[in-house]
Amino acid sequence: MPNSELSQGRIGWQRRTGRARLAIWFAWLVGVLFIVQCWDIMNAETIWDFVWDAPQQAGDLLGRMWPPRWSVLNRLWGPLWDTINMATLGTLLGIVLGAPVAFLAARTTTPSLLIARPIALLIIVSSRSINALIWALLLVTILGPGVLAGIIAIALRSIGFVGKLLYEALEETDASQIEAITATGATRGQRLIFGFLPQIMPVFAGISVYRWDINIRESTVLGLVGAGGIGLQLNASVSRLAWPEVTVMFAAILVTVIVSEYVSAKVRAHII
Amino acid sequence: MLTIRGLTKTYRGGDRALDSVDLDVPAGQLMALIGPSGAGKSTLIRCVNRLVEPTAGSVEVDGTMVTGSGTGALRLARRRMGMIFQEYALVERLSVMENVLSGRLGYVGFWASWLRRFPQTDVDEAFRLLDRAGLTGMQDKRADQLSGGQRQRVGICRALIQNPALLLVDEPTASLDPKTSRQIMRLLVELCAERSLAAIVNIHDVALARMFVQRIVGLRAGRIVFDGPPEALTDAMLTEIYGEEDWAASAPPADDETA
Amino acid sequence: MNGWAPAPLIANPWARWGFYSGAALYLMLALGSVQVNWARLAEGLKRGGSFVGAFAHPDFVSRAAEISEGFIESLTMTVVATAVGVVLAIPVGIGAARNLAPLPIYGFCRALIALSRTFPEIIIAILLVKMFGFGPLAGMLTLAFATIGFMAKLLAEDLEDIDEAQVEAIRASGASAAQVLVYAVQPQVMARFVGLSIYRLDINFRESAVIGIVGAGGIGATLNTSFDRYEFDTTAAILLLIIGIVMAAEYGSGIIRKRLQ
Repeated sequence: MPNSELSQGRIGWQRRTGRARLAIWFAWLVGVLFIVQCWDIMNAETIWDFVWDAPQQAGDLLGRMWPPRWSVLNRLWGPLWDTINMATLGTLLGIVLGAPVAFLAARTTTPSLLIARPIALLIIVSSRSINALIWALLLVTILGPGVLAGIIAIALRSIGFVGKLLYEALEETDASQIEAITATGATRGQRLIFGFLPQIMPVFAGISVYRWDINIRESTVLGLVGAGGIGLQLNASVSRLAWPEVTVMFAAILVTVIVSEYVSAKVRAHII
Repeated sequence: MLTIRGLTKTYRGGDRALDSVDLDVPAGQLMALIGPSGAGKSTLIRCVNRLVEPTAGSVEVDGTMVTGSGTGALRLARRRMGMIFQEYALVERLSVMENVLSGRLGYVGFWASWLRRFPQTDVDEAFRLLDRAGLTGMQDKRADQLSGGQRQRVGICRALIQNPALLLVDEPTASLDPKTSRQIMRLLVELCAERSLAAIVNIHDVALARMFVQRIVGLRAGRIVFDGPPEALTDAMLTEIYGEEDWAASAPPADDETA
Repeated sequence: MNGWAPAPLIANPWARWGFYSGAALYLMLALGSVQVNWARLAEGLKRGGSFVGAFAHPDFVSRAAEISEGFIESLTMTVVATAVGVVLAIPVGIGAARNLAPLPIYGFCRALIALSRTFPEIIIAILLVKMFGFGPLAGMLTLAFATIGFMAKLLAEDLEDIDEAQVEAIRASGASAAQVLVYAVQPQVMARFVGLSIYRLDINFRESAVIGIVGAGGIGATLNTSFDRYEFDTTAAILLLIIGIVMAAEYGSGIIRKRLQ
């Protein structure tokens, strides 16, 4: 809090009172000590010889990665197609499952505030807390390796994302429009279709495309845990220490991600 | 006090905003600069403190050359020129006092200003100015909590605490209602007289300018087309500056109040 | 007869039907290329059932030492990475704001941001583990690198959106470039920057659970091990803890961000 005080008979001015200033310095001190403490705990088992060795390792790695073995690209088209399919089908499935959850979670549309809403919110937060890669790890253990595990992993992670953004949009809808539709004697379902849907459609489409773009990036690495796509090839090459191939795969991932980001940005700009 | 010679500004793309302007403003004179939008009023005062870099010509303030000086010298020169803005341009998330004291930034070092450790004399002066501008007790309010008139008063305090020799005032009343506009103009006139400051005031409202200043300069397409006392500003002259219009006709008095 | 139907989304009928059939064709091809091993799936469903069942009786105890070590690593990693990343994001963000930085610096900072944002964290983690050895230090560096990209991009956008009049006013008083930053720029972007840092803390914790899979320390490694051993009760316990911490962190950061306005 700012403060003006009388000191030695003159009006002085300081941004904060003495006590507030002290409290702020103290908070900074505690914060810095806390971070240093975390650093110490974290590095309890760090082997510093390896760390000091890092620049040399980095140079070594770069040396091995160059020149890239471009011929490997011919093996990558199939996995890339799988990657894109995992992202696209996973997004679609996530939307199909996430949209009803959003309707259950939004205060404005939920059938019951006491039962349905908390359950829907729990589904959303659980899905959001857990990265697609962990979902994939789990599903590969259950379903076996393959694209299917990847699709479901992407879908499970997308439910929370789509659900959260969509239910927030539903809660921000214009109440007077809904009121007008209700006043015509519309049923619950008609209210959804004529009152809510027109208001949230652009947001919904935007969210979906945005999530698709994120999912492309995520699905490039799902193969690391066995769920198909280019990550599978990457994992194989890394474990064989075939670094010239890894370079090509990095390049392929980079291009895929950039293209999907570009497409998503274009589509979203068009929607809005 | 202020001497401008051959000041020219050509923007990229070839727009000539100022065309070889010569102008002298002596100490203690409040000068109004009028002219249609796009005549170069704003460019002119920004060329004086080089917020806009002039293409050619010279500006001298209080015996110091402003044009052609390096970054450090420019900062020293800017300390002698207070500027007041149309939309107030206060730093909205800082308190009134911090905004006023920011006028002293050219005088204090970086670390002192970062820690808000301004010399006691600056703080005393800030309180004096706030009192003078009718903002007693407002020092700890955040700037975005103030009304338009109050903000402009803070803007005036910020300019004056620089202890300037020259005030550059850009449309001080354009965002204010008529009553507040007059109060702000009156405050400016009084302060300039008290401190014998030279001032250039860009202003749209010709009637308001006539009411308060001793000298009016008319600008059209980057050239000075009129320079004289308010009485000499005839309807013919206004037509010369602004273009054809029936200057004698005025709205009925009743409307004038609510305008 | 006056028929009426709602106007279609795509006006040109050729483009509309072209789009629909293209989408249908893609869906068919994509679905067709998904190979499903039904025998394996049927077997998996049973295992899936036992996994879902595990959530009813999560086992926090048998692997308590490993779990707590994993979480301490994840949390300390998250804190240090966020602190380091946020501090480094400030100069990078200023450098990536077109209205503040000269062109060469702008180009460099934008390239750094793009690099940090396009690659998934786990790929960065693979490389850093190769360089720095296994353990949370590599993970911390991964998260810090990702934080720089995220925070610097958003900071740069905020900086490019600031009110120039306030900057002009401070500059006109004779302030130096550093003083302009502190008096005119910082007040305009500070509150949102602090809010985003707290948000990034959340994200970093979630990511810290992942990068352990490739050996970069944290709870991910513990989680991975529990999968490999088919100890679903322990897996369930870890996942529940992650969800709980994320919920608590989101609730807490929501309160802090509200207080910052």
